[in-house]
Amino acid sequence: MSILLNKKTSILVQGITGSEGLFHAQQMLDYGSNVVCGVTPGKGGQTATENNLKVFNSIEEAQTEFSIDSTVIFVPPRFAANAILEAINQNIGLIVCISEGIPVRDMKKVKSALDNSSSTLIGPNCPGLITAEESKIGITPGFICKKGSIGILSRSGTLTYEAIDQIVNVGLGMTTAVGIGGDPIIGSSMIDILKHFADDKETKGVVMIGEIGGSMENEAAEWIKNNFNKPVVSFIAGQTAPKGKRMGHAGAIISEGSETADAKIKILKECGVSVAKTVSEIGGTMLQLIEE
Amino acid sequence: MKIHEFQAKELLSNYNVPIQRGHVVYSSNEIEKTIDKVQNEFNSDAVVVKAQIHAGGRGKGGGVKFCPTTESAIESANEILGMNLITHQTGEEGKLVNQILITEALDIEKEFYFALMFDRAKNADVFIVSTEGGVDIEEVAEKTPEKIIKAWVNNDTYPLEDAINTIINSLSLNSFNDAFEIFKNIYNCYSNSDCNLLEINPLVITEDQKIIALDAKVDIDSNALFRQEKIAKFHDTSEEDPLELKASEYGLNYIKLDGNVGCMVNGAGLAMATMDIVKHHGGEPANFLDVGGAANVDTIKNGFKIILSDPNVKSVLINIFGGIVRCDRVANGVIQAVKELNLNVGVVVRLQGTNAKLAKQILDESDIELISAETIDEAAKKAVGLVS
Repeated sequence: MSILLNKKTSILVQGITGSEGLFHAQQMLDYGSNVVCGVTPGKGGQTATENNLKVFNSIEEAQTEFSIDSTVIFVPPRFAANAILEAINQNIGLIVCISEGIPVRDMKKVKSALDNSSSTLIGPNCPGLITAEESKIGITPGFICKKGSIGILSRSGTLTYEAIDQIVNVGLGMTTAVGIGGDPIIGSSMIDILKHFADDKETKGVVMIGEIGGSMENEAAEWIKNNFNKPVVSFIAGQTAPKGKRMGHAGAIISEGSETADAKIKILKECGVSVAKTVSEIGGTMLQLIEE
Repeated sequence: MKIHEFQAKELLSNYNVPIQRGHVVYSSNEIEKTIDKVQNEFNSDAVVVKAQIHAGGRGKGGGVKFCPTTESAIESANEILGMNLITHQTGEEGKLVNQILITEALDIEKEFYFALMFDRAKNADVFIVSTEGGVDIEEVAEKTPEKIIKAWVNNDTYPLEDAINTIINSLSLNSFNDAFEIFKNIYNCYSNSDCNLLEINPLVITEDQKIIALDAKVDIDSNALFRQEKIAKFHDTSEEDPLELKASEYGLNYIKLDGNVGCMVNGAGLAMATMDIVKHHGGEPANFLDVGGAANVDTIKNGFKIILSDPNVKSVLINIFGGIVRCDRVANGVIQAVKELNLNVGVVVRLQGTNAKLAKQILDESDIELISAETIDEAAKKAVGLVS
């Protein structure tokens, strides 16, 4: 079991002829992902990757030949919102947007379209998701993952890898890791992903990595307290971040008191969530909880 | 991207939002001519001289002066232009005033606070207004939160019309026929210009019953500048930290802090977590630096150049999680960069991920002095140890 993604999930790559799209399409195939075809407007009829995947001009065209469960978007940020909207219009169930730097105004439109659809969006500005030893959508390095019992969700890319690495090294292993993205507006919130982990029998515990900015961690903390029965280890990055400065991620900026790392850690603890004091204690803290 | 008050007012004016009018002065020999022009053009003997810097708190710092006479205007303008203005937002070093705005003086009856921004929790734009204008709004929010009124806008759930009516009612502007139009225009300006924030503090009612934006503070979504060509030209690089500016030219994400442990990390979240663990072990991070997903010799070399331009830095901690990038390549990149740049501070390197063991071997066997570490914890301790 896993959440959102397994080895059967068929995957389309939007932007497959670009350097990023092509490289990661191949990486996904090498990991065993069921990547079936790609889309680049104007490049229909070409083939891409060592597997000679077909390239189409649009998702609509691709769907005449393939049944598509999910799409991953490697498109320059100024065109990425339209790529997401195209996927929503074509009723793709799972949309993963890797692109970083999409204007907020464009994401407002996407969010509104998403609310009126049945699609799930992960990202943008995220590493995507990976189900250990089955499939990956996005850019997470596959070799660090090992099957096990811990679900991982994170607003940050490299911190997702760090958490996976620690969880694997303490011997627990993982089910699915989801990088939800570092932008102010993202498709799936922490609560959205926690709901999937709640329903997944294989997942025995969850690592939840947040950071400064916004209030998503605070809402997730309250939700966990009232709805979630599995152990959760959290870590919040940015305890030393100054107020009013954007720390790399467009969404990582403290504009009010409740958005600081300290405030979030306090609420998480009050809601019964274990908080790792430093980034290097994530794996150990989870092992301790599971052994109890 | 922050812009100046006079630029923000130009944006508002383009959307027919009434503003306190004025002209900008860049050099002292334009002062007298411009004061004369403002007095005649706007029929106002008294003028206001306002320093144009990005930081707030200009009034308290002495950067805004009401000048009842021509003589006092000339005196204040000469004083403020070129001054080093210190406010609670500039830090102790202050900010050089390169340009001033000379405006008409208005007879004010009431002052309001007004702002538009995006509320992430509600997934909607939000109008924030208060009858307590012209003062520090954070203080109002803390002491009298009931005086802050919010009204949300979102295509699906909260119509713009409802939000505008809410703020008109709460500010008792019902008798002003143009109020609705003005707020609608401000919203369009905010939305079409890709603003992260549009703040007017104060928005005033004059004695002759006009609604006017006395000040304006705007922050533009940098990711949208490709379609905001005119606004992109408002970019004032003199307002930025020179090191942060140089880093952005290299495509690196750098923010200077006050400590002495330089940090070079791939990924924003891991970079923050690295700063935090330095602090946890009793050190102070000198900076935030995200070298991006694909760390190579060039990004590491440029990262070193930026970090070491800060004279406070006494040790450097490199923390890279090699995903797609192989750690052995990063290790070779670090060695090459250290050799070429002739470093004279201690460097601690922690590489994790693809080929991490091989990387550690390469670092340990190299003929340059590098301290390798396996975990972030160990790396942070060692880097802090070098400076204490």
